[in-house]
Amino acid sequence: MEFLSQPLTLLTFFPLLGVLALAFIPGERKNLLRWTALVTTLVTFGLSLWVLSQFKSENPALQLVAQYNWITVAGWNIQYHLGVDGLSILLVLLTAFLTPISILSTWTAVEERVKDFMMFFLLLEVGMMGVFLAQDLFLFYIFWEFTLVPMYFLIGIWGGPRRIYAAVKFFLYTMAGSILMLLAILWLGINVGTFSVPDMIGKVPPGVQILLFLAFTAAFAIKVPMWPLHSWLPDAHVEAPTAGSVILAGVLLKMGTYGFLRFNIPLFPQASVQLAPWLALFATIGIIYGAAVSYAQSDVKKLVAYSSVSHLGFVMLGMFALNEQGIEGAILQMINHGLSTGALFLLIGMIYEQTHTREIKVYGGLWKITPIFGTIMLIASLSSMGLPGLNGFVGEFTILLGAFGSQAIGSPWYAGISAAGVIMAAVYILYMFQKMFLGPTGSIVEEVKHHGHALRDLNWREILTVLPLLIFIFWIGLYPKPFFDLMAPTVKALVAALPLP
Amino acid sequence: MTTETLIWLIPLPPALAFFLIVLFTNKNKALSHSVGVGAAVLSWLASMVVFFRALGVEHLGEHPFVSSVNWLPTGDTWFKIGVAIDPLGAAVLFFVSITIFMIFLYSVGYHNFGQPKGDHDRAGLPPHGATVTDEQGHKHTVPSVEPMYSRFFAFLGLFAFGMYTLVVSDNLLTMFVGWEIMGLCSYLLIGFWYGKPSARAAAIKAFMTTRIGDVFMLLGIAFLYSATGTLTFREIFTEEMLQHLVSIDPHFLGLTGAGLIGLLLFIGTVGKSAQWPLHVWLPDAMEGPTPVSAMIHAATMVSAGVYAVIRMFPLLSLDHNTMTVVAFIGTFTAIFAATIAVAQNDIKRVLAYSTISQLGFMIAALGIGAYVAAAFHLITHAFFKALLFLGSGSVIHGMEHGVLHTGNHSVDPQDMFNMGGLRKKMPITFWTFLIGGFALSGFPLLTAGFWSKDEILADAWANGHLVVFVTLALAAFMTAFYTMRQITLTFLGEPRTKEAEHAQETPWTMTVPLMVLSVFAIGYGWVGIPENFLNLQLAPSWFHEFVGGTLAEHPEVIPFNPIPLIVSLVVALGGLLLGWLYYRNVNSAKEDFFQIPLLKNKYYFDEAYQVVFIKPVIWLSEVFTYKWLDQGLIDGILHFFGPATGGIGGFIRQYIDLKVINEFIGDGLAAVTQETGRTLRPIQTGRIQQYMMLSLVILAVVGALLYFMLGAGL
Repeated sequence: MEFLSQPLTLLTFFPLLGVLALAFIPGERKNLLRWTALVTTLVTFGLSLWVLSQFKSENPALQLVAQYNWITVAGWNIQYHLGVDGLSILLVLLTAFLTPISILSTWTAVEERVKDFMMFFLLLEVGMMGVFLAQDLFLFYIFWEFTLVPMYFLIGIWGGPRRIYAAVKFFLYTMAGSILMLLAILWLGINVGTFSVPDMIGKVPPGVQILLFLAFTAAFAIKVPMWPLHSWLPDAHVEAPTAGSVILAGVLLKMGTYGFLRFNIPLFPQASVQLAPWLALFATIGIIYGAAVSYAQSDVKKLVAYSSVSHLGFVMLGMFALNEQGIEGAILQMINHGLSTGALFLLIGMIYEQTHTREIKVYGGLWKITPIFGTIMLIASLSSMGLPGLNGFVGEFTILLGAFGSQAIGSPWYAGISAAGVIMAAVYILYMFQKMFLGPTGSIVEEVKHHGHALRDLNWREILTVLPLLIFIFWIGLYPKPFFDLMAPTVKALVAALPLP
Repeated sequence: MTTETLIWLIPLPPALAFFLIVLFTNKNKALSHSVGVGAAVLSWLASMVVFFRALGVEHLGEHPFVSSVNWLPTGDTWFKIGVAIDPLGAAVLFFVSITIFMIFLYSVGYHNFGQPKGDHDRAGLPPHGATVTDEQGHKHTVPSVEPMYSRFFAFLGLFAFGMYTLVVSDNLLTMFVGWEIMGLCSYLLIGFWYGKPSARAAAIKAFMTTRIGDVFMLLGIAFLYSATGTLTFREIFTEEMLQHLVSIDPHFLGLTGAGLIGLLLFIGTVGKSAQWPLHVWLPDAMEGPTPVSAMIHAATMVSAGVYAVIRMFPLLSLDHNTMTVVAFIGTFTAIFAATIAVAQNDIKRVLAYSTISQLGFMIAALGIGAYVAAAFHLITHAFFKALLFLGSGSVIHGMEHGVLHTGNHSVDPQDMFNMGGLRKKMPITFWTFLIGGFALSGFPLLTAGFWSKDEILADAWANGHLVVFVTLALAAFMTAFYTMRQITLTFLGEPRTKEAEHAQETPWTMTVPLMVLSVFAIGYGWVGIPENFLNLQLAPSWFHEFVGGTLAEHPEVIPFNPIPLIVSLVVALGGLLLGWLYYRNVNSAKEDFFQIPLLKNKYYFDEAYQVVFIKPVIWLSEVFTYKWLDQGLIDGILHFFGPATGGIGGFIRQYIDLKVINEFIGDGLAAVTQETGRTLRPIQTGRIQQYMMLSLVILAVVGALLYFMLGAGL
C-alpha cells in the first residue's frame, strides 16, 4: 500500500474510486449518483489541500515525487513519474476546486443519463490531474489524450443542438495538434534517452529546438487556443453543458498554457527566446481579435468563449515575456481566468436552465427581477474585465509590466497594443451586462411566465456554487501575495536558466 | 494611534459601509443611511486629525507621513504599496473629506427620506411622487422616497473609498486602483436610474471614455515601472531617478522618457477630468442623481484627474514638450467648454461645462508650471462647484415640488427658462447659490474663486505665457457671463411658469450642506492671499508656503503686477454685469441671442465621434473580424478541408479500413464494441472514422517529414 503515502498518486487516481462506486449504483437513483460524485470530488479537493500542506513553497524543485520505471523495453525508458512544483501547484488546486463546483452546477441541469455523466466527469478529473502532475513526457501524453475522451462525450451527449459538429471539431482539432507533439515526444525519448522531463532539461541540442518547439506548440497552441487556431472553442463552449464549459474554460485550456510553461520553455530555452517575439505577436493579435469578435456576439456563451481567446492571449503574452513578472502574471492569470470565466459560465448556465435561451437580445432588466443573480454577475463581469481590486487586474497588470520590460520580446509595443484589449473588454462586458441586466424587461421574462413559472432568483445551492469563486476573486484581487509566494521560487529558477540576450 | 495607522484607516469606513449596506441593511432605509453617513463622518474625523497633525509638522514636504507593506512580487524584490500624506495630500484630504461628508448628508434629503413610498415608483426610475390624504380628506401629491435608497448609499460609500484610497496612496498603483474603483462607481451611479435609456447610455459612455484614458495611464505606469523599478512617488521623485528618466530615449516623437511617461499619465487625466478631446462624457453624466453630479463632477472624481497630474508634476515638468501639450489642452478646454456653457439651458449642464472649463484652468496652470496655483484652484473649485451642484439639485427639487403640485409633468424642472423668481421661494438655496456663482465668476476680494483664478492669471502673466493669459482671461469673462445668466434666469425676475411659482425650499439635510460649503467657497480663498498683494507686505500666503513645500524645490513667490489683477477684476465684474443686464430681459429661449446651433450642439463632437470612431469600430468588430475573418476565412478554410478529408477518408475506409481491419480483427472485439457503441450512438456520424483515418495519414506524412528535417538538423 505504498501509494497511500504518495499524496500525488492518491490525488490523481482517487476519482477512479468514485467511478467504481458509481458503477454499482443503479442509474435511476440520480441523487445518490450526484452525491457520490460530489463527495468523491470534495475528497479529492481535500487531498489537494493535503498536497498543499506538504508543499514547500520556498523550494523551486519538484516535490512529493513518485517515480517508478514503467516501460523499459528496447532502450525506451518510460517512467511513472509524478511531481509538483510552483508551476503546477496552483493549477492542481484549481482543478480540484472547480470540479466539485461543476458537479454542483449539474444538480438540476443534467437529468439524462446522470450515471454516465458523472463517470465521465470523474474520469476527466483523473486526466486533468495527471496532465498537471506528470513529469514523464510519455505519461503526460497519455493523460493529455485521455482528457479528450470524456470531454468529447460530455459535449457530444449532453450538449446543445449542434453538439455533434462541436464535439467532432473539438476532437479533431486537438487530435491534429497532439499528433505532432507525439512525434516530437518520441523523437526526444529516443534521442535523448529518457522521457523524464527534469532529466531532459539542458540536453536538447540547440539545432533541433525550433522544430521541436513548433511541434509542441502545435498541440498547445490549439488547446490554449491561440489565434488563429481558436475556432473550435466557441463551438465547443456553446454546445457543451454548463459543467463542461466551466471545466473546459477553467482547466482544459490551461493545459495548453501549462504545456508551454512546463515543456517548451525549460526544454527548448534557445528556441523559446528566439521565438518569443512571434508568440507575443500572435498573443497580441489574439487579445485584440478575441475582444473584437466578442463584441459581435449575440449569444452570451459565445461572447464569453471569445473573451477567453482574448484573456488567454494575455497569458501567452506574459509567459513569453520570459521574465519573472510576466510568467508569474501568466500563471496567476490562468487561475484568474478559471475563476472569473468559470463563474460567468456557471451563472449563464443558471439562467439558461430557466429560460433555455442564450440570446442576449431577449433578456433585459434582469437586475430588478433577480437582484442576487445580477449582483453576482456584475462582480464576475468586472473581474473578467480586470477591474482593480478584483483578481483580473492583478494578473493583467503583472503581465503588462512583464511584457513592457521584456528583453525577450524586445519591444514595448506588444504590451502597448494589448492594453487596448483592456478597453475592449470593458466594451463587450458592459454591453452584455447592460443589455441583459439593465433597461426594459426582456421578452423572455413574459415567455417564461407564459409557461407557468416566473423567473426566480438564485437558490441556496446556486449561491453556494458560485460563492467559493467569489471569495477567491476578491482574495486574489486584494492580497495576491500568498498565491505569488507559491510559484515565485520555481519561476525564478526557470527564468534563470534561460539564455536571455 | 499613530498618524500612519490613522491614514491607513481613513478609506476603510466607507468600504465597510458599502458591504454592510449591501449584505445586511439594504432593506432598512434609516439604518442604511445611518451607516453611510456615519462612515462619512468617521473618515472625515480621521482626515481632520491627520490634517491638523500634518499642520503641526515642520518641513512636512521632506518628512511626510509614510507607511508601506509588500504586495506583489517583482522578481527579487517586492512591490510595496503604502500610504503617505505630504502637504499636497493633506490639503486635498481636507477638502475631499468635507465635501464627501456634505454630499452624504445632502443625499438623505435629496432622495426624500421620510416621505411615503411612491404610487407607481419602480426601481431604476426616479421617484414620481405619492398621493397622501390629509386630515380634511384632500388628496395631495408629495415627493416620494427613492425606491433604491439603500443602494445609493452603498455605491456612494464605495465611491468614497475609491477617492480616499487615491488620496492617501503613496504610489501610482494603488492610486490607479482607487481611480478605477471610482470609474466603476461613476458607471453605477450615473446609471443609477437605469430604467432611463439616456442614463444607461450616459453610464457606458462615461466609463468607456474615461477607460480610454485609463489604458494610456496604465501604459505610462508600466513604462515608468520598467524604467525605474518602482511606482512609489518619493522614490521616483529623487534627483537621480528623474535624471535617469530624462536620459532615456523612447524614440517616440522626440520625447524624453520622462516626457513620454508624463504624456501617457496625462492622457489618463484627460479622460478622468473630461478635458478636450475626451470631454464628451461629463455633460451626459448629468443623468445621474444630483449628489452624484456633485460628487463626481466637483469634489472627487474629476478632481482626481487634476490631482494626479499635480502629483506627477516633478516628472511632467522635466520635458518641455509635454508641458506644452498640457498647457495647450488645458487652455483650449477652458475656452472651448466656456463657449458651450453659454448656450445650455439645463441648469446642471451649464455647471457640467463650467466644470470642464475650470478643470482646463487648472491643467493650463500646471502646464505653465504654476504648481501652487493649480492646487489652489483645484481646492477652491471643489468647494464652490460642489456647492453649485448641490444648489442646482436643491433648485430642481424645489421645481419638482412645483411640478407635483400642478401635475403638469411636461414641464422640465431642469430647464432654466421654466424657472425665474426662485429667490423668494428658496431663499437659502438662492443665497448660497449666489455665493457659489460669484466664487465661480471670481468676484473680487471676497470669494475663494477670485484668489485662485487671479493667481493662475498672475502666474501666466509673470512667466510670459501671453497666449495662455489672454485665452484664460477670455474664458474667465465668459464664466462670469454664463454664471450670471444662470443666476438671473433661475432666481431673479418673476416666475415664468406655474411650477416655479409653487417651488419650495428644501429640507435642512439639503440646506445645511449648502451653508457649510458656502463658508468654504468664501473663506478658503483667504488662506491663499499672496503676500505681496497690492505690494501690501501681508503675511506669507499659508497655502503657498504649505503646499509649495511638497516640491523639493519650493516654488518662488511671484512679484505683484497690477495688470493681471486689473484684468481679472474687469473680466469678473464685466461678465457678471453684462450677464445680468442682458438676461434680466430675456424671458424665453427664443429671445436668447446665444442659442447658436453650433454651441448648443457642443460643436457636434458627439455626432463626429459617432461617425469617425464608434461606427467604424462596430463595423470592424461585427462585420470585418467576426463575419469575414472568423466565420468566413478561418472557419471557411476548415470547412474546405472537411469535405476534402471526407473524400480521402472515404477512400481509406473503403479500401483499407473495411477490408483490412474488419476482416482481420473484426468479430473478436464485437462484444466490447457493442457496449461502447451504445454509448457512442448519439454522436455517431460515420464521418468521424474518416477523420480519424485522415489523422493517421497526416501523422505518417508529417512524421516522416519531421524525422527527415530533424535528421538534417542534427
